[in-house]
Amino acid sequence: MPGFFSNGPVHVALIVGAVSAVVSAVVGVVVVVRGQAFAGHALTDVATTGGSASFYYGVAPVIGFLVAGALGAGAMDLIGVQRLRGRDLATGVVLSVATGLAALFLYLDATRSATTGATQQILFGSIFTLDSSTVPLVAVMSVATLAVIAVIYRPLLMSSLSAELAAARGIALRAVGLTFMLALAIAVGLSSIAIGSILSTALLIGPAATALRLTRRLRGAFVVAVALGVGATWLGVLLAYNSYYWFPSSQGLPVSFFIVALVFLAYLVSGAAPLRRLLRPRREVKR
Amino acid sequence: MFSGFMVNAWLIGSIVAVVAGIVGFFVVLRGAAFPAHAIPNGAFAGAAGANLIGLNPLFGLGVFSLGAALGIGRLARRGRADAVTALALVMMLALGAAFLSQSTEYEPEIFSLLFGEILGVSRGQLVPVAVLGLVCVVAIGALYRRLLLTSIAPEVAAAVGLNPARIETIFLVVIACATTMTVPVVGALLIFTLMIGPPAAARSFTDRTALALWSSVAIALVTVWAALACSYQTNWPVGFFVSVVSAAFYAVGRTYAWWRHSRATVEPRRPVPNLNS
Repeated sequence: MPGFFSNGPVHVALIVGAVSAVVSAVVGVVVVVRGQAFAGHALTDVATTGGSASFYYGVAPVIGFLVAGALGAGAMDLIGVQRLRGRDLATGVVLSVATGLAALFLYLDATRSATTGATQQILFGSIFTLDSSTVPLVAVMSVATLAVIAVIYRPLLMSSLSAELAAARGIALRAVGLTFMLALAIAVGLSSIAIGSILSTALLIGPAATALRLTRRLRGAFVVAVALGVGATWLGVLLAYNSYYWFPSSQGLPVSFFIVALVFLAYLVSGAAPLRRLLRPRREVKR
Repeated sequence: MFSGFMVNAWLIGSIVAVVAGIVGFFVVLRGAAFPAHAIPNGAFAGAAGANLIGLNPLFGLGVFSLGAALGIGRLARRGRADAVTALALVMMLALGAAFLSQSTEYEPEIFSLLFGEILGVSRGQLVPVAVLGLVCVVAIGALYRRLLLTSIAPEVAAAVGLNPARIETIFLVVIACATTMTVPVVGALLIFTLMIGPPAAARSFTDRTALALWSSVAIALVTVWAALACSYQTNWPVGFFVSVVSAAFYAVGRTYAWWRHSRATVEPRRPVPNLNS
């Protein structure tokens, strides 16, 4: 791997990738526990709609991503994301409207200017083409998101694990849910602009779902998820960097492919029977 | 508007609307919106892969959508269904990104796979779409009672010996079949929208199952026709109009349901309609 550690874009990719992986993993554990994986994924598509709109109106893409994400989260909450039965449908309706708008904006972008690569860039993104000036913004917003999660941590977990119990103890379920949705929208919008929408969902759901299969304790799950997310990201960047030397055409494979493949593999391995027996040997014993 | 290439667009659009209206009714009833989004979206990777090695894209779409349906069905038995669906989707999308990075495919091709090219449909494409559509409708017809029972009353279904996991997998395969047929002509976006919007609207207009199923088909047809007409007039993408029109139907449906519900609570003597059935 010649020049891996002295390469500017690689440095940016490693730092931004790690920051996004940490935030996604922490938020992701709550998302998976609450059963909101669809909303978490849909918000990336909603955010990319904002991205394509910002190309058309000529504002900074970050603003488009964040505004669209917040609007999408609000709309899902309004239609009924908090009720389990209507949740899936509300997410679907918001998602279909958002993708319809994305189709329109991408069409208008394509007809108005010949900005080639906009579609691919918005849909797939790439850690390697990241502008280093976005790093401070991503870092600040990530810290803010983690802070919000920390503040609402206890009521959030209680309302996720048992809504009835939380309501009985006087927790405002609706307010907690909406706050979390907004934090989720910001986290997802940031990670989809930094690392692309595919990786955003992968790092949100993959490490968290794997960690929740590996450990029963929630605190442990947060730690394991962060470790898995950061590990997969760094290993993926390394593999993608090396893949430029694999093919005679020197046409490397995208970094998102490697990271997602590692995350997916980790999930499959975590469900393998021998590993489950190893981790939970005394299942029948009373706790 | 009703001549030349538009005739094919009207025909294909109508077939797709009928199939999506029927399959989508069960998507909404079973809360399967996420797989209905993931399977068409991820299947585009199959088309990209088939293109790369010089096969018919339809073949790649079929393999990937079927693989996704079976994979989600299998993994969801031991794990959280929504997390599994998300992981399957991103894995397919990442494979698609890898295929695209190796091919010389240019941007409009990706665009058309995601957003469709219904106005460029040829007469030869009508036959496979009609055949696969018929397969979907027949499959739903054969499974009708079992699908209803496992969605509405899972306990009863278990009591009469139905295996809900197997029914779910079969239903996902039907979605995969509908996907293979529709993605090349209308795109992943449009088929998802048609499987969600019209059935959701239909369910808020009526509580009766059969009536809701037929109104779902009717709303889907009206949505597609209106979208084609608008798209013909403005040149804007069909998918945009489909999502706007079906969202409008859904908004009207929800408003109507809310109005009906509030009237029922104001006059307690009237029988309260059961909104959950």
